[in-house]
Amino acid sequence: MTTVSRSITYGKDFGLLYRVRLWVGRLIPHLILAGYSLLAIFPVILILINSFKTRKAIFGEPFAFPNPSNFDLIGYQTVLSRSNFTQNFLNSIIVTGVSLLFILFFGSMAAFALSEYNFRGNTLMALYLSIGIMIPIRLGTVSLLRLMVKLGLVNTLTGLILVYIAQGLPLTIFILSQFMRQVPKELKDAARIDGASEYRIYTMVLPLVRPALGAIGIFTMIPIWNDLWFPLVIAPSAKTATITLGVQQFLGQFVSDWNAVLSSLSLAMVPILILYVIFSQQMIRSITAGALK
Amino acid sequence: MSAKLKSRTFPTHIVVFLAPAVIVYTLFMIYPLIDSLRLSFFATGPDNKEYFVGLQNYIKLFTDSDYAPRFWGALKNNIVFFLVHMLVQNPIGLLLAALLATGGWGRKFYRTVLFMPTVLSFVIIGFIWNLILSPLWGVAESILKAVGLGALFRPWLGLESTALVTISLISVWQFVGIPMVLFYAALIGIPEELIEAARVDGATGWQIFWRIKFPLILPTVGIVGILTFVGNFNAFDLIYTIKGALAGPNFATDIMGTLFYRTFFGQQLQLGNPTMGATVAAMMFLIILTGVLIYMFLWQRRVQTVEM
Repeated sequence: MTTVSRSITYGKDFGLLYRVRLWVGRLIPHLILAGYSLLAIFPVILILINSFKTRKAIFGEPFAFPNPSNFDLIGYQTVLSRSNFTQNFLNSIIVTGVSLLFILFFGSMAAFALSEYNFRGNTLMALYLSIGIMIPIRLGTVSLLRLMVKLGLVNTLTGLILVYIAQGLPLTIFILSQFMRQVPKELKDAARIDGASEYRIYTMVLPLVRPALGAIGIFTMIPIWNDLWFPLVIAPSAKTATITLGVQQFLGQFVSDWNAVLSSLSLAMVPILILYVIFSQQMIRSITAGALK
Repeated sequence: MSAKLKSRTFPTHIVVFLAPAVIVYTLFMIYPLIDSLRLSFFATGPDNKEYFVGLQNYIKLFTDSDYAPRFWGALKNNIVFFLVHMLVQNPIGLLLAALLATGGWGRKFYRTVLFMPTVLSFVIIGFIWNLILSPLWGVAESILKAVGLGALFRPWLGLESTALVTISLISVWQFVGIPMVLFYAALIGIPEELIEAARVDGATGWQIFWRIKFPLILPTVGIVGILTFVGNFNAFDLIYTIKGALAGPNFATDIMGTLFYRTFFGQQLQLGNPTMGATVAAMMFLIILTGVLIYMFLWQRRVQTVEM
């Protein structure tokens, strides 16, 4: 208990020692946070600045910022002329966008049914739909690929989208049904008395859980955009490759062309980073507000 | 009469609401999982048909001279991979969250920057670190030299003794934002009066953290633990990006995910084997299920009694 009595003494005299201690106490958290922030951001910045430099400058002065004497866009020219960058990018946007739309649509309908009606087997159905929260869909890949072959969906974006919808639904339903339970019953009952159909009530509840929809949207989007496994297994063709797979294959081929490697990494990072900077506050707030607990 | 009544009040709308989700989920998630488990009890005969072989695939996986060393090696490496995350990623996440939760100047900025690597793909992260640690570029080496530690530099990703821990640390670097944000959310949810009361009683910051805050965020510690476990025993992308499916050098970075991929699709001289692939996946399923059950029945129950 010596520490306790000591801190009380400091508190009483308000002397120089106390002020130094207070100041150091405030500085240390900043040093740790700033140090770790540097560690988090340095690799990304290093890649970005070097992607604009000549090959000689990349190796000669890797830490220098691009300037007129070492500026070079050759890497970007190689990437844009030799890879399917635009096609891959479009594929990723289509796959992520369409999957997300259906996850939110199907997920909110199922969540509405589970939270609104007391039918027999409700709990069992909720339990069944939540298996996928913990068990990764990847473990069913062998049979999933066979199924896709049977359905003729190998090397199609549709195949990928269906897998991602199935993957995204469990958590979406789980979180949304918790939110929908909080919508006041009086509101829905009043609408029912006015003769609104159950489908109309669903469309009424939906806007009320919009913050949750937004949070889920962002958190289901990132793993879909970044996934390498299913594009590699189900849709590896050049026409259907997503940006993650496309970059992976391009990097494998051009591994010794440093300009091209750095440029393609930068091109793949920038869209996600821009989206992140725009939505980061909302994203982190949604977790801290308990949206994902 | 009652049957008539039932059919009249049959809740069509419930079926309509549930059907799309249940159909897609069942067809593309539950069915493949179950069918894949079923396949682990089958083997392909010389006539290209599949025959029921009982537990033979599992026996082969555990004892066959081709499969067993790879399986036990991958399992061991995966455990190391998981331990590095538990011992490095989650404590750092907790430390950063605790510092962020004290509030003050610049916290929003730090929060945003610290979470950023998490949104990038494994492919990007893997290549970035591959370049930075490459002796060819020499960036890591010159940084170490700048602080007088140049002699410590090794091609860590290429050495059998260090490759696995290096890759684990890269993964830690990427994902530290997730435990950080989850711990942060739990910490700022603690009522201020509790902390104030302890402070009035003369408790130090250190005591307040370990005696009051930490016990209160134990449920989050459990969630972070199980998320790490499931994520790690299902990992694949980072190692595939950095080391390829062969997970070199000499399988030093081979984990369950890469073993699953290689067994299913084949590699170099060895042909792919779907039923053995399904067997590896079934083992991953069992491992993850065990972790989830331990979490649900042991951890959650204990934490609940502590809370009461």
